[in-house]
Amino acid sequence: MTVRTPMTLSAVEAGAGLRAALSRPPAEVVDQMVASGMRGRGGAGFPTGLKWRLAAEADAPDGRRYVVCNADEGEPGTFKDRVLLAKHADLVLEGMTIAGYAIGAREGLLYLRAEYVYLRDSLLDSLRERREQGLLGREVAPGFDFDIRVHMGAGAYVCGEESALLESLEGRRGEPRDRPPYPVVRGLHGAPTVVNNVETFAWATAVLARGPEWFASIGTHRSTGPKLLSVSGDVARPGVYEFPLGVPIAEVLRAAGGTDAKAVVVGGAAGSCVPASEFGRTVSYEDVATGGAFIVLGPDRDLIDVAENVAEFFADESCGQCAPCRLGTVALLDGVRRLRAGNCTPDDVARLRRLGATMRLTSKCGLGQSSPNVFLSLLEHFPADMRVPVGTGGE
Amino acid sequence: MLTPPVADLALVADLDALLAEHGADRSALLPVLAGLRRRHGEISDAAMQLVAARLGIPPVEVLGVVTFYSFLRGGSARHVVRVCRTLACELAGAPDVWARLEREVGAPAGEATSDGAVVVERVHCIGRCDHAPALLVDDRALDDVTPADAAALVASLRGEARPT
Amino acid sequence: MTTQVAVDIDGRRVTIPAGTTALDAADAAGVRIPTLCHHPDLRDVGSCRLCMVEVEGQAGLQAACTYPVTADLRLRTDSPRVVDARRGVLELLMGEHPDRCPECVRTGECELQALATEYGVGPAPARVSRPLQLVDLLGPAVTVDLDACIGCLRCVRTCAELQDLGILGVVGRGSSTAVSTYLGLPLAEVSCIACGQCINRCPTGALRPVDRTAELFAALADPTKHVVIQTAPAPRAAIGEEFGFEPGTPLTWQLNTALRRLGFDRVFDTSFAADLTVIEEGAELLVRLYENLVLGSSTHPLPLLTSCSPGWVTDLEHRDPDHLAHLSSCRSPQQMFGSLIKTWYAQQEGRDPADIVSVSLMPCTAKKFEATRPELTHDGRPDVDMALTTRELAAMMRARGIGLADVPASDFDDPFGTASGSGVIFGVTGGVMESALRTVIELVTGRPAEDYFSHADITPVRGFEGVRSIEVTLDRVGPVPPILAHLLPNLEWLRGTTLRCAVAHGTANAHAVMEDLRAGGRFSTYHFIEVMACPGGCLGGGGQPVPTSATVRAARARSIYAEDARYGQTGRARKSHENPAVLRLYRDLLTDGPGGPTSHRLLHTTYTGRGTYVGATR
Repeated sequence: MTVRTPMTLSAVEAGAGLRAALSRPPAEVVDQMVASGMRGRGGAGFPTGLKWRLAAEADAPDGRRYVVCNADEGEPGTFKDRVLLAKHADLVLEGMTIAGYAIGAREGLLYLRAEYVYLRDSLLDSLRERREQGLLGREVAPGFDFDIRVHMGAGAYVCGEESALLESLEGRRGEPRDRPPYPVVRGLHGAPTVVNNVETFAWATAVLARGPEWFASIGTHRSTGPKLLSVSGDVARPGVYEFPLGVPIAEVLRAAGGTDAKAVVVGGAAGSCVPASEFGRTVSYEDVATGGAFIVLGPDRDLIDVAENVAEFFADESCGQCAPCRLGTVALLDGVRRLRAGNCTPDDVARLRRLGATMRLTSKCGLGQSSPNVFLSLLEHFPADMRVPVGTGGE
Repeated sequence: MLTPPVADLALVADLDALLAEHGADRSALLPVLAGLRRRHGEISDAAMQLVAARLGIPPVEVLGVVTFYSFLRGGSARHVVRVCRTLACELAGAPDVWARLEREVGAPAGEATSDGAVVVERVHCIGRCDHAPALLVDDRALDDVTPADAAALVASLRGEARPT
Repeated sequence: MTTQVAVDIDGRRVTIPAGTTALDAADAAGVRIPTLCHHPDLRDVGSCRLCMVEVEGQAGLQAACTYPVTADLRLRTDSPRVVDARRGVLELLMGEHPDRCPECVRTGECELQALATEYGVGPAPARVSRPLQLVDLLGPAVTVDLDACIGCLRCVRTCAELQDLGILGVVGRGSSTAVSTYLGLPLAEVSCIACGQCINRCPTGALRPVDRTAELFAALADPTKHVVIQTAPAPRAAIGEEFGFEPGTPLTWQLNTALRRLGFDRVFDTSFAADLTVIEEGAELLVRLYENLVLGSSTHPLPLLTSCSPGWVTDLEHRDPDHLAHLSSCRSPQQMFGSLIKTWYAQQEGRDPADIVSVSLMPCTAKKFEATRPELTHDGRPDVDMALTTRELAAMMRARGIGLADVPASDFDDPFGTASGSGVIFGVTGGVMESALRTVIELVTGRPAEDYFSHADITPVRGFEGVRSIEVTLDRVGPVPPILAHLLPNLEWLRGTTLRCAVAHGTANAHAVMEDLRAGGRFSTYHFIEVMACPGGCLGGGGQPVPTSATVRAARARSIYAEDARYGQTGRARKSHENPAVLRLYRDLLTDGPGGPTSHRLLHTTYTGRGTYVGATR
């Protein structure tokens, strides 16, 4: 049993959202999304309605625009998109279709990570059924043609970064692009492109089906709507949970049976390690922002293991394009290993902190910028686990 | 660009089919390479040069793509077992599963068994943290794996044909 | 049209078009921002992250090279946060950089070394290890030391985008990311044309020419060896940059003296052979025109493509072997000269060719490969023993304490004397075309080229536009001049013909021309096309001083055109067919005329279809 809480999405009637969208002019669909206050469910939290509006209004020289569903769910600890695609693919595909209508796209691509290849056939079945029902293909509505293709990824975490994903879709190494220009202005093949997370599209369908007011009434003022969370690690009941944004971390832990946790890595490898003393903090864009990963660490865990595992992850998954990330991830891994071996002087620790700051400040993309986060949060909250020599706590 | 002289006619035929399915432009590169990887195991020198010639891109760029993506790299075997090494699986006992797998397979990570049946790889998060430790066996997921499961898996894979 | 925006950079204000990058805006404001991956010839990718700046109102830092300035704003390029960030990146780069700067060919010119010094960053105490290092991708002309690579990807962008070759690429991911050739094979096996453009843009010593200067020093010190050097015009217009002169300072005559001080026994002018090339290739063009237009034979098809640029020749052999018949059979000036030195000159001087060491000073790394071509040897010995680049010669001079300031001028040695102005402009894109047209026009019409182009300056083929075209109508024809009498019965068939000619520089432009030609486009109707592998022609060659940029190349071109003009002002020949030494050669040696059997033996060559498939050698 993977889904641990009732899912609002299970009660959203298939087709209602698309019908509601097609009964309005596209600009009003965008307005509804703006009114919902929804922010991207992938983790970065960009306002979805604004993203759609920018793509709709961007100049498209050859008239093409694209809708891309980011199903490259590679953030360690995250698996809610897998569950959504297995259980509610229709809502995701419907959300893509709504987005296509809203921004004037004719083509949607679902970039499915290679690790989820077992979902491909059922997605293709869903697409076929939707075509048969006239929900995809020519004349979905008068003057609105839209179809969706599934494009397989090939195993690269960085492709979850939207501009790297676009590079990958174009047949290249998944190296993030410089922004600006943002994909909404120049995305796939240079055309305005909306890239949204799987969950974002599913909720977009719900917003259209139930109205933006409904969505905005859930959560906090700045973090509206429900959020799916992937909970794993040292808990009794790992799985996907739905909570309104603004839920305290402690409440999630209570639900999953992990109240004795020493810490939680929230947001995966790119997130941060939240100590038990801060479990009162909330999951929200104004506090602990996350795409929904909770990796719970029990009371007996030695957290330097976490630091090393995450550092190994980034040293492998850095795209290798920019200097601070390519070299910094290796230097950080080296630093963790030296800490473990007790080979770090206070000066070395200070240097590692500075290295983390350099990577945050100078890396080209979110991957590199966030790659020292877990390390730095562990140094701050768990200096003993991290073998920080005594006398170098603060700085 | 010249088409390289490739003796492997099955490779050429498969590539033609993949290009027909995915289109013969650059955006077809990943699906085409993934298709070749699936049907022929390791993406060979000949395959890379052939793809490069057909898509009109330099061979080094095809190599650049192959070496960038975990699922395009790697050796030739009928079955690929990918063991998640990321946090949740690691906490749940992936190292024991890995150790057992390595022993059963008798070859280091990334190298096929002598009978060409199995190659094991350590990969990053496969998105099944709720069922840690988890594996991917070719295109299937295997959840909540114990070392004993891993041993049984290798035994059964040795007798199975390449998935199609 | 374009909106102008006002930018305040460290308190300096500048008004620039919206969309300008912060880096260019800073440059316009006179603020220098350090960078290792930006290059004015290349698309920016923002990979080195050294040009980070603060943009007012934004939390993080931005890479100036890729940040477009779209509204009035304030930038800070020197805040403590920025400086710390840059130092942090430099520490990482230096952390994996080999600690052997004094031995490196780039020392003193290395951009990493300069910035590390500026920011006070030394070699790291503990080097970070990185796989795929020390892979030696040796080619005949270019070699790669990945250990010194900082991953800026200028070479990859140069190879893939500027030159449209795609020999160098990026492989691997994460910590194993590296610049590589296909399968890490040596450059010699992967259809590298050895243009060396990657070397010119490498900020460190990771890319370098194959260095044989130690061997050359030994030869210079060996009294039994007669060491001669021919110098091409492009290095002469650029070598001053190695000694602190402004780009475009002509030092031809001072260099002659310096070379003698270095120990060379004779100093010759490659432009002499360029003049010879004009005669041979001009004759070849006229014969091809006759065959195609009058006899209806396409055995030697049109357009005739020039063959002076060895990078271009190799490129065509690899990428378009079906069109090799279009290539002029003329050897490059270096090789024509090399052939004459080991045969005629040796005979004139009464020397055993085995005792002559024939060296060339070239702007070019591909010349090193060309000199090794088996078809360009006599009795198993290469015609040119060593092709030396401009940078290598400068290093040799520095090693011997020889400079170019306050050095007296001296002339080239006989028997080849001084060339014509036309021979000199071979060093710049369009120069071969201009020289050939000057000669062809005069030989065909019997009128001075000045009647057609003021001062015989054929300005439409000058400049740096990627592909340039010119049409010349031969409105009149004269009698067949004696030098062509053995080739053509008359010239009447050319009367009123409009010659369609084009010039392309950089292999990307050459590829565009060839693609059009293959598709039966307008270039398939052309008669004569000059192609140079390097942007700017020889003056932008892979052996030229660093840095290179459009500005530097333009300055070198001005110097070369000025030298040509001075030839006219001082009464020296400006047209190849007026070069007295060349005419003497046809009288004494090449007695059966241009394109005759002697010429073919000594001055012409054949080509090898190579293809791009990697594996012939494996």
